[in-house]
Amino acid sequence: MTKETNVIEELEQIELKIAELKKFSIEQNIDLSDDISSLQTKFKTLQKTAHERITPWERVKLARHIERPTSLDYIRYLFNDFIELHGDRLYGDDEAIVSGIALFQGKPITVIGHQKGKTTKENLQRNFGMPHPEGYRKALRLMQQANKFNRPIICFINTAGAYPGKEAEERGQSEAIARNLREMAGFTVPIICIVIGEGGSGGALALGVGNHIFMLENTYYSVISPEGAASLLWKDSSKAQTAAETMKITPPDLLELGAIDGIIPEVLGGAQKNIPLQAEYIRNQLVKSLTELSKLDKEELIDHRYNKFRVMGSFI
Amino acid sequence: MLKNFFTKNKLIKQTQEVKSKIIDNVPKGLFGKCSSCNNITYTKELKNNLFVCPTCGHHMPISAKDRIEFLIDAGTFIEYDKKLSSNNPLNFEGYKDKLKQDMKKTKMNDAVMTGEGKINDLPVVIGVMDSNFRMGSMGSVVGEKITRAIEKAIEKKIPFILFSASGGARMQEGVLSLMQMAKTSAALEKMSKQGLLFISYLTHPTTGGVSASFASLGDINISEPKALIGFAGRRIIEQTIRQELPDDFQTAEFLLKNGQLDMIVPRKEMKDNLTTILKIHSL
Repeated sequence: MTKETNVIEELEQIELKIAELKKFSIEQNIDLSDDISSLQTKFKTLQKTAHERITPWERVKLARHIERPTSLDYIRYLFNDFIELHGDRLYGDDEAIVSGIALFQGKPITVIGHQKGKTTKENLQRNFGMPHPEGYRKALRLMQQANKFNRPIICFINTAGAYPGKEAEERGQSEAIARNLREMAGFTVPIICIVIGEGGSGGALALGVGNHIFMLENTYYSVISPEGAASLLWKDSSKAQTAAETMKITPPDLLELGAIDGIIPEVLGGAQKNIPLQAEYIRNQLVKSLTELSKLDKEELIDHRYNKFRVMGSFI
Repeated sequence: MLKNFFTKNKLIKQTQEVKSKIIDNVPKGLFGKCSSCNNITYTKELKNNLFVCPTCGHHMPISAKDRIEFLIDAGTFIEYDKKLSSNNPLNFEGYKDKLKQDMKKTKMNDAVMTGEGKINDLPVVIGVMDSNFRMGSMGSVVGEKITRAIEKAIEKKIPFILFSASGGARMQEGVLSLMQMAKTSAALEKMSKQGLLFISYLTHPTTGGVSASFASLGDINISEPKALIGFAGRRIIEQTIRQELPDDFQTAEFLLKNGQLDMIVPRKEMKDNLTTILKIHSL
């Protein structure tokens, strides 16, 4: 097992011990506050290093964890009255993307997200969260609808990438992604994008042109998968671990490169450990973001988004 | 008999090797070899023919400089942002050397040349990608130059034409390359809202992040015969779906058939064709 897991296990043990001591101290009416507080200090220090010590590859693994909460998981905890809306009105309904309308803190929103499965059966149905063009066109239709009814758009990003297949090419995968990038730039409602798992290249970005972009702590966002980078760079996809470091794909990297606005903390050991709590962390950020963006009028929202992407890049 | 059969094959193979050696030994610059039919033509003649093989009609890749020379009225081209170059934002090992090599080879600082000029007296802002520079891949410099060119077209209220030739986003600049897709597309949205014309010319090859951003967003999308255009690489798709793909897969003709292109225009008709489109939009 990795170092990180050891730290997490150790933390869990300390947490248990603290609970035991507290229980014991109440039951036996003995003052153990000194022991408890020293353990708590130890816990906090260790917790800090745990977050710092996690390697890029470990983040990638957590981002891909089979039990990792999906868009639908967060939708369940974050929104009320969610109604899923289907289809792109052109070709079909792509289940790799889930979308609909709902209430967030009592206000209408449109939510769109990549949807992975947690079982093989579910993953086949969801095409492992890798959309075809009709998925992106469904997303676009829902965003246009949100724009019409003036409700904010919340996007959950979690895909290894847009599906590389024959039919996807025939139906214009490139065009579908490109159009989303352009149209998202022009909407007059707040758009908030959150990478909740994998941020795989253009297939992720097609839901990613937002006023605010956040990443959960154990996610990645990259121009190419670590495996893809490794096989291109060293003709060896097993060097994905090294590529994960070289390519600078973790949330702190992206924050430093100016590609995202912030990092949403994760529950210890990864979001899958406590989904309701993780949803609360996301809720806090959404409330903050929506309050901030609600101060901007329609034109300002477009300008805000434009200026955000306009400064991305580095050159001399 | 079986043995003889193999010897013969070997002989044929040897002759072919010798043949291609001879071809490879032809002094560079003086002659050009068609990558499709292997025919050799004087470079001068090739250039007069806009680098279209006189024997088989194959459209060879051409440099940004040549494309602009063929298309823009003599003496009217003003280049933008010629000096912009990459600062290797990820400190990617070996990247700087590769950039230097390609700068020397192409005499460009990155994979796109932008500027303004006239096409039969009609003013345009133009960008031409050059696949000789890092396979025409898009990093920060390409994204920035294209965005600035679009903003210039907005400012001057004139059409924008972009010739893409690119393997996609540039890996060595990581996620910053990815974000150029959004940056350029956002600029095109701004331009579109002003009622301005954008002609996207997808030349061989236009793939990955470039085909999935500005290259697919023309009011009119044009390509050249047999150009390779697609999102995912052929090999990746074959691995994913575990079946062989048709020969014409991801060619301009394939895209036209599937409704992704407005037209395929032979290079010789490029200038006349663009002139007509520009004229219609100028009236």
